Amino acid sequence: MSKNILIIAEQRNSQVQNVTFELIGISRELAKANDAKVEVLLLGHNVGDQVANIVGYGADSVFVVDDPALESYMTEPYTQAVTQVIREKEPNVVLVGASSIGRDLAPRVAARLNTGLTADCTKLEMQPDGSLEMTRPAFGGNLFATIVCPDTRPQMSTVRPGVMKRCEFDATRTAQVENIKVEFAPSRIKLVKEVKQTCSVDSIEDAKILVACGRGIGKEEHIQRAKDLAYTLGGTYCSSRALVDAGLVESCRQVGQTGKTVRPEAYLAFGISGAVQHLAGMEDSELIIAVNKDETASIFNVADVGIVSDATRVLPLLKEEIEKIIKA
Amino acid sequence: MKIIVCLKQVPNTTEIKIDPVTNTLKRDGVASIINPDDKTGLEVALQLKDKFGAHVTVISMGPKQAEKALGEALAMGADRAILLTDRAFAGADTLATSKTIAAAINTLEYDLIIAGRQAIDGDTAQVGPEIAEHLGLPQITYVNNVEYSAEENTFTVQRQFEDGYQLLQVQTPCLFTLLATAEKPRYMRVKGLVDLDKKEVEILTRADIVIEDAVLGLKGSPTKVKQSFNKQYNSNKQKFVLDPAEAAKLIATTLKEKHLI
Repeated sequence: MSKNILIIAEQRNSQVQNVTFELIGISRELAKANDAKVEVLLLGHNVGDQVANIVGYGADSVFVVDDPALESYMTEPYTQAVTQVIREKEPNVVLVGASSIGRDLAPRVAARLNTGLTADCTKLEMQPDGSLEMTRPAFGGNLFATIVCPDTRPQMSTVRPGVMKRCEFDATRTAQVENIKVEFAPSRIKLVKEVKQTCSVDSIEDAKILVACGRGIGKEEHIQRAKDLAYTLGGTYCSSRALVDAGLVESCRQVGQTGKTVRPEAYLAFGISGAVQHLAGMEDSELIIAVNKDETASIFNVADVGIVSDATRVLPLLKEEIEKIIKA
Repeated sequence: MKIIVCLKQVPNTTEIKIDPVTNTLKRDGVASIINPDDKTGLEVALQLKDKFGAHVTVISMGPKQAEKALGEALAMGADRAILLTDRAFAGADTLATSKTIAAAINTLEYDLIIAGRQAIDGDTAQVGPEIAEHLGLPQITYVNNVEYSAEENTFTVQRQFEDGYQLLQVQTPCLFTLLATAEKPRYMRVKGLVDLDKKEVEILTRADIVIEDAVLGLKGSPTKVKQSFNKQYNSNKQKFVLDPAEAAKLIATTLKEKHLI
């Protein structure tokens, strides 16, 4: 067995996703504890041009399985390729993004390798002896548990996108690149078609400023005002689960345990009570401003600026104030 | 068609609150429910039964009180309910749980296994795919819609991703994990409730399944909980009680000070 950390890169439409660079970032930190190497496994078809990005963000070596069977994400061929590479390279740790792809792939691989898997980790720490401490939320973020996997290897973990920080990109970095061949078994599942549903042009994970809508402003007219405010600020809008369930906001804008994790420079929460599930997705924002009528709302426990006021009435007035400042 | 639905009884975590004084979970009085994704899985199975005729078995692993969730499933229209319960199963992580359930499923006949995508207490989404692997079945997770063609004995399902979906075709036997958004679960039927006296939840224990002791329960679990803790929130943060105009000014000023506008 090696000391190394193997990251399963996530690519969609042959583009490596941010979570992969975040996993490389945390792995560089973890690798210091026991002098390990950071390896990345890239799976796909015609994905060779993605290697440079993976190297630039900090991989020591990159393994590539490039095959038509891996063009679209499918459980069986991906599991087969990942399992083969893990058996060959014997990493100490395997990290996978906790996306709808990683959360399908990782348990299948872990069961095949008969090893432990810890889901949706938000914190990872490496001990000098190479044992990994994996901290994850449970009970909707009400409780946290630190999990270890003492006796089986590799130690496997999925990590939520948006939680870990990537390293600075360095185009001068070099790494060993190795192509690996896999003989794929015929797939028992047939891909009929693939449909892309792009949320909107703006992604809530990339926004500098987020205006967040909660149940307290749960009417279309108020949400429209929140959108107007968000765009005036050069940011975008997001919401708690309640408004997504009510069909008022698209699900790709949901922040929280079952939605996305965000850490914008400013998070402006309007009418959000702050269920722990929601807080889990936004509490690392740099500046949190919360407006809620209910002074006992939990959102105030994480807010840097907590304002007890009627959010529906603050929204239009705030937009005017912002416009004044921008014009001045 | 024979369908097995895996379901879990969970505390309704949306009701769990943190005690502001002790900063611990207030779990007293929190209701136990059928996990939402699993309940949708059962609904999908019952719809297949309504349209094509099927025998639906629900199976759960947990303490004795999980019988209540299985009773509800019977009242919704499931034909048979099995509870795997034994002290030997206690403390199982997802791998040990999936092996135990797979061993029980091995004693049953099935064409299709349905599970929920994930449970709201653990949120791992791992047990379904791990069962599929132990049984050597093709899996489709994050399923948002299920269509069945009896002529071709083929399922066409919509597999959801964050940025789109796939339409996938698969033949039985196979395993799906369902998203709660796929269907709205039906209520328990009056007839179902009346019939409950006649249908009993069957209990399976350690002795009823063929599996090594070494893979069961806490000692059969590769992952161990080293420690658990509650999130500490600072409930003494400063709050301003302001009228809307003052509130708007304060926010605008704050954003300007931070050079965000």
